[in-house]
Amino acid sequence: MKTARVGLRKWWVPGLLLLILVLLAGLPRFASLYNIVLVSSILMYIILTQSWVLFSGPTGYISLAPAAFFGVGIYTAALLGLKLPLPVFVVAGGLASFCVALVVGALTLRLRGIYFAIFTFGLVQLIKNLLVWYEFSLTGTRGRFVVLVANNTIYYAMLAVLVLLLITTYLIRRSRYGLALQSIGENEEAAAHTGVNVTMVKVLTFAISASFMGAAGAIMATRWTYVDPYMAFNPLRSFMPVLMAIFGGMGQFYGPVLGATVFAYLEETLLTKFPYHYMLLVGTILVITIVYLPGGLVGLLQKGRRAISRRGQNANT
Amino acid sequence: MPILEGKGVTRHFGGLAAVSRVDFQVDQGEIVGLIGPNGAGKTTLFNLISGALVPKPGTITFKDKKINGLKPHRICRMGLARTFQAVKVFPNMPVFENVLLGSLFGSPTRMSSADAAAQAAETLEFVGLSAVGASPAKDLTLANQKRVEVASALATKPQLLLLDELMAGLNATEVAESMELVGRIHDRGITVFMIEHVMKAIMNVCDRIMVLHHGERIAEGTPQEIAASKTVIEVYLGE
Repeated sequence: MKTARVGLRKWWVPGLLLLILVLLAGLPRFASLYNIVLVSSILMYIILTQSWVLFSGPTGYISLAPAAFFGVGIYTAALLGLKLPLPVFVVAGGLASFCVALVVGALTLRLRGIYFAIFTFGLVQLIKNLLVWYEFSLTGTRGRFVVLVANNTIYYAMLAVLVLLLITTYLIRRSRYGLALQSIGENEEAAAHTGVNVTMVKVLTFAISASFMGAAGAIMATRWTYVDPYMAFNPLRSFMPVLMAIFGGMGQFYGPVLGATVFAYLEETLLTKFPYHYMLLVGTILVITIVYLPGGLVGLLQKGRRAISRRGQNANT
Repeated sequence: MPILEGKGVTRHFGGLAAVSRVDFQVDQGEIVGLIGPNGAGKTTLFNLISGALVPKPGTITFKDKKINGLKPHRICRMGLARTFQAVKVFPNMPVFENVLLGSLFGSPTRMSSADAAAQAAETLEFVGLSAVGASPAKDLTLANQKRVEVASALATKPQLLLLDELMAGLNATEVAESMELVGRIHDRGITVFMIEHVMKAIMNVCDRIMVLHHGERIAEGTPQEIAASKTVIEVYLGE
């Protein structure tokens, strides 16, 4: 009985993941265009949240830079999209964000706590205003056109980036590199004195996480067809990943994914059904989550599971 | 033969000379004690050696290589490990992983995961914590958290171990156990340089003692010489 359960546990997680992947891959065959677009933007939010958690989760450095890296990806697509095929400029968007993050990380990851958060947020504004200045005074334009791509292509590109991100996260989590990341969050000084090259681990992870945000931005840009710096570097996209991660709960691997999915879906539904009260409702949900569900949705699930198993035991005795 | 040597090591904090022109030497295979009143600069000296701080000016050589200016992880991988006065464990990680970090990242040569795990298990056994390997480090008593720290340091396969007040805050039994542990570490061929306030421990364990006061080295000698030294008694008890 017991071994059967263990065997089941071992298989149901990869099995479930495979099932979800197959369903997602087949989605464009039966879903409406609206749903494809909706799921694409949910996937985008999952990528932003999961890649944010990849760095900020274990290290405890709260980065508010996602909008900056996302925007760098968008502008890479705007610059290269008309000449190069989609996979190439998506990879280029990721690489561009990777490089920006390497430089920024090397300069700022000595800051801790609130100072790091403020700096990263400043980065979003800095890049945005630099770009505004550049476009106005040197190119004489405000925005740029981005190549148009079919909705299904956008969807599959997002899905591919997400799968790659999840595999990366999984590999990092179970490697010695993941252990080093965690030790930095727990006690950075002790980590350095136990032989962990803390600067290298922090900067590299920051850059890896940024590259996925950049890739997502490069894909998303094609849906908007026209971008300007204000759209591309919308600060909301720095806060959303943080909120979604808290909403989902960061304790578990699937927490951020769950949080991003539910939150993004909720946002879309509320926005279409209650356009005037939408922000009010989102705010209320967030407050309730933080006050009553400190562990996020995952915490709620775990509580529920525990309650069920307790009831089961009581019934047996 | 000196394994660690410092020449004119100095560090100012603002106008205060925390460590001032200190020369020191630790020979291979010794246990050297570092004592001095509070604020004498003992921990600062350890921070200078381990790379947490950089001496300005002064040079520190370890195994005849200059180490000041190197990052802490580099110094650790050269074979110089340390513990902290206020315990610095990884509180939410299991004890075993605390030690595993040391063997994975701190050893001079890169180890395979299996070798590192074996090394960590062996080190845990050595400090007597095998039974609690799975508990989060924060759940342990202070004495055992200090052992975890020692185990993490030992897992990096050091040739020189700096112990910063290993026995502070421990009761008499725990102090005795710690002294025994220091002895066993020494038996493994590891040179020990230790800061300690527990005089009984320092007098019994050390081959040689160095005294710091206001950032300067004021005395050095065998435990008997230090115990009889007039300057040392004046510094500790007043004139």
